[in-house]
Amino acid sequence: MIRKKIGRQSVVFTESPCITGRGNVAGEKEGKGPLGECFDIVLKDDMYGEKSWEKAESKMLKEAMLKAAARAGKTPEDIDVMLSGDLLNQLMSSSFTARDTHIPFLGLYGACSTMTESLLIASVLVDGGYARHVLAGASSHFCTAERQFRMPVEHGNQRPPSAQWTATAAGAVVVSAGEAANLSLKSRVYAESATIGRVIDAGIKDANQMGAAMAPAAVDTLLNHLEDTGRSLDYYDMVVTGDLGYIGKDIMMDLLADAGLNKKMIFTHYDDCGTMLFSKSQDVHGGASGCGCSAAVFTGHLLKQMEQGKIKKLLLMSTGALLSTISPFQGESIPGIAHAVSLEVR
Amino acid sequence: MEGEKKEIAKAYEKYARQFTPKPDYLGNSIKAFLVGGVICTVSLWFQNRLTAGGMTEKDAGIFVTIALVAAAQLLTGLGVFDVIAKFAGAGVIVPITGFANSMVAPALEYKKEGPVLGVGAKMFSVAGPVLVCGISSAVAVGIIYWLAGRF
Repeated sequence: MIRKKIGRQSVVFTESPCITGRGNVAGEKEGKGPLGECFDIVLKDDMYGEKSWEKAESKMLKEAMLKAAARAGKTPEDIDVMLSGDLLNQLMSSSFTARDTHIPFLGLYGACSTMTESLLIASVLVDGGYARHVLAGASSHFCTAERQFRMPVEHGNQRPPSAQWTATAAGAVVVSAGEAANLSLKSRVYAESATIGRVIDAGIKDANQMGAAMAPAAVDTLLNHLEDTGRSLDYYDMVVTGDLGYIGKDIMMDLLADAGLNKKMIFTHYDDCGTMLFSKSQDVHGGASGCGCSAAVFTGHLLKQMEQGKIKKLLLMSTGALLSTISPFQGESIPGIAHAVSLEVR
Repeated sequence: MEGEKKEIAKAYEKYARQFTPKPDYLGNSIKAFLVGGVICTVSLWFQNRLTAGGMTEKDAGIFVTIALVAAAQLLTGLGVFDVIAKFAGAGVIVPITGFANSMVAPALEYKKEGPVLGVGAKMFSVAGPVLVCGISSAVAVGIIYWLAGRF
């Protein structure tokens, strides 16, 4: 009876779940980055007219969700399920967004891997015939994440070169059943297969070394995806990880080369959202991180490229560092995770 | 098994370090020295003005401390202290300015959670551990000093 599972960790989608809408909101700093033009809404200030940063993040997620639904030609009433997550305790941003949208809601926590996690589960729900339209998204906010995981924002300190900058951004997509999709779109993006990642912990304990902590999980998921599907890396026009940043990306490339993949192929087919969102002159040290990083780069830049036919086959692999606010103080190392969703234009 | 895990972690950490750029220790130290030095020089000049005006050295010291704390608090509130600290590092964090900032920053941040359970509870979240450890080590050193004086 199991028809859609392949290999050890992967699934194939046989009913052509289609991405019919995308929406995103980015912060001021993100708007000044190299991808600034791609975002639907760029904030003028990080409060977004709200009274707290948490409220601002929630509003960002809601706007991204509504934008995605609008692009799909749907109202919130047409959406069967909303899947979303963020970095805050008890998924504050997502739950409070769901309170306003009134769409049946499943909250997800995958740290910064949440965009791919929500996209993966949305595709499964649609492919299995359990839903016609599913909203999948994720958000993060620099100030909410800083105060929860690190120091108060106005506290004076020096960040080490490996520290990454949590993106203030939110992104969402609508995944629709193939036959329900809007046929007027010129090139349609389909979820084709996916690989559910394992938690890999290489023993990094420094919370300022997230890229290094997550890279082994990304390598594991990618190699397993390629094995399960019997593909080579160059099957994809582009493989993108979520937020490994400059250091994590270098480690990923080195580890992949060690695993026997062609170096030139890695160089031409692989990139990381954490190195794409900001330019180096924006003083973000190790690059971007946060759920919003891959969510905004995927929905703002990569999906746009797919719609324009510049990328035909994409493997999106958001990466998450599954540490808690107390685990580093208990001497725990940082577990990493990465999920992969293969998307293609048909 | 546990030992093996530790060894892998150590090896990976070492491997990851090759990819990690080092902080500019020398440059940061020079900046900290210069900015810290400027703060101390200005403070001393201010103290000398006060004593020249007839104040005792002890009182003048207290006034200078109050001025430094007030200045750091104001700069934190205006949102520029973290910018200065990013440049000067220990130069502004080690003097009492850093201590003032470490109390005002959480006080600002937790205003939304209310005056008692927000500001009141979180104001010492950064400075508290410093106080506890500072006072504890002062007591320990004091006991050693007292014992040493008896023999």
